[in-house]
Amino acid sequence: MAFEFTATVGSRGMDLTLGIGDQEVVAILGPNGAGKSTVLSVIAGLMRPDTGNASLDGRVLFDVGRSGTPHAWVPAHARGVALLAQEPLLFPHLTALDNVAFGPRSVGRSRSESRALAGRWLAEVDATQYADRKPSQLSGGQAQRIAVARALATDPQLLLLDEPLAALDVAVAPAVRQMLRRVLANRPVIIVTHDVLDALLLADRVIVVDQGHVVEEGSTTQVLARPRSAFAARIAGLNMVRGTFDGHGVRSSGGLHIEGLAEEPIRHGERAVAVFRPSAVSVYRQPPGGSPRNAIDVTITDLEPHGDQVRVRTADLSADVTAAAVADLDLVPESPVVFTVKASEVAIYCS
Amino acid sequence: MAGRPGSVGLPGWVFVPAAVGALFVVLPLAAIVTRVEWSNFFGLITSDSSVAALLLSLRTSATSTLLCVIFGVPMAMVLARASFRGQQLLRSLVLLPLVLPPVVGGIALLYTFGRRGLLGETIDVLGLQIAFSTTAVILAQTFVAMPFLVVSLEGALRTSGQRYEAVAATLGARPTTVFRRVTLPLVLPGLAAGAVLSFARSLGEFGATITFAGSLQGVTRTLPLEIYLQREVDPDAAVALSLVLVLVAVVVIGLARGGRGA
Repeated sequence: MAFEFTATVGSRGMDLTLGIGDQEVVAILGPNGAGKSTVLSVIAGLMRPDTGNASLDGRVLFDVGRSGTPHAWVPAHARGVALLAQEPLLFPHLTALDNVAFGPRSVGRSRSESRALAGRWLAEVDATQYADRKPSQLSGGQAQRIAVARALATDPQLLLLDEPLAALDVAVAPAVRQMLRRVLANRPVIIVTHDVLDALLLADRVIVVDQGHVVEEGSTTQVLARPRSAFAARIAGLNMVRGTFDGHGVRSSGGLHIEGLAEEPIRHGERAVAVFRPSAVSVYRQPPGGSPRNAIDVTITDLEPHGDQVRVRTADLSADVTAAAVADLDLVPESPVVFTVKASEVAIYCS
Repeated sequence: MAGRPGSVGLPGWVFVPAAVGALFVVLPLAAIVTRVEWSNFFGLITSDSSVAALLLSLRTSATSTLLCVIFGVPMAMVLARASFRGQQLLRSLVLLPLVLPPVVGGIALLYTFGRRGLLGETIDVLGLQIAFSTTAVILAQTFVAMPFLVVSLEGALRTSGQRYEAVAATLGARPTTVFRRVTLPLVLPGLAAGAVLSFARSLGEFGATITFAGSLQGVTRTLPLEIYLQREVDPDAAVALSLVLVLVAVVVIGLARGGRGA
């Protein structure tokens, strides 16, 4: 592991451990307020944890709160860790080129050397034509490209990205994401995001954090295809019911029973999750008879447009139906309805 | 007035007290202008004592503004960025000269730096004599003007926030580099406004100066002191010099505005 980290921050309820490989891009996924940004602040040296330690390429970044070991704290500027935030935060008084040259200048490189390096990084992010502009003359996407160049120009041993695309227009985000995909390859990176697409396209591995703890960890494709935590399931757009396996399906502690197909060998009584897509769910006013289906009594909490369909949300599950169906069934929040899903549409995994 | 921004929701009656207030400020200034002996104006403001007073005022105010910047900038940084016990108390004490009658400030300085003051003996040993010297004028001006710089700059520092500074640190910049290349350029308009205000306050300083420095022509008699003395002897000269100070004040406010707009 190139980077190893463990820390607790009592005031934010954070307590987690993570490691990053030599050339690995890791995405930290989690709902708002899960403590993702806190993790980055601690790694970057902008916030002190209550206890914990971290090392980067064998160099101690901090070691605090353990009795018996000397207290260590490397200040932010000496860590070799660059942080790219949701907003570009380009220094408003410097041109794009001087913004990118700021890092090399700060570690003592000459003006001309720094500018040459900055020019190369601007070219790398396709922003050469903006070199002489001030940040106020740049669009959000242009500014974020330059912020990426500025972070990389310091040649960081670890790069931290905090929701790098969240503040961008949906029209420009894909191009910036592609650029990131290119420049982030083969260097240790941690990306904090709540966008499943960022994780899928940029990261090799995903860590799901909720309420300050790691709740799930694995390769990106594995976590998104077979989510085991509620958050991962929700961002993957999937319904998930967790409980114990009873031979046919998953029985939740709330008494819900969902039949499905086991995707891997599961023993009777083992903890398991049943996962199914909202589009596989049908909505009825009365329980339908006929073919064996899972039928679940639920109360609608919310209706929201989802593409050309309407997503019907309940406390735990959601269904995608057509607008016509919503009108036919007279669906409104607080309507009691029945969700049904065929067992063949439900995948069951160990959890 | 459709389509004019800012004209929505302003009650009509506020214009009446606003106009009275504006008149209250403008009318006395106009009164000075009407009382100026224009035929003799140039002669009055170029008399030996006037020129000496004006030059002394500009020189001491410039020096005290420099002192305000040298000590006020670090003070504002500490108040805005650090956190320690007693910070609130320190802030209140630093701002005290804003509300203190200047004559009280003068007495306080006298009992600090005067011959029998707190530091009097120490200063004596060094062979210095501060009270009733030009140095005293500068100290008095710095004492009353410093809070203006600290208040303006602390406000600017708080407004600009620490996010750029955090980014600069993660890019490898040491605290001094961050200060020089990020913090200072970002608060420069606030610093300029604060320095201009300090300069203006120094220029107008009267009470602390006359108490602590006295009124010796060419040494401690600044322009406000000269005006006060001339008022008894030669009211025409007092009015002419007052107009000079008004003009300087107008220029200073113009500079401060320009600095803020940039």
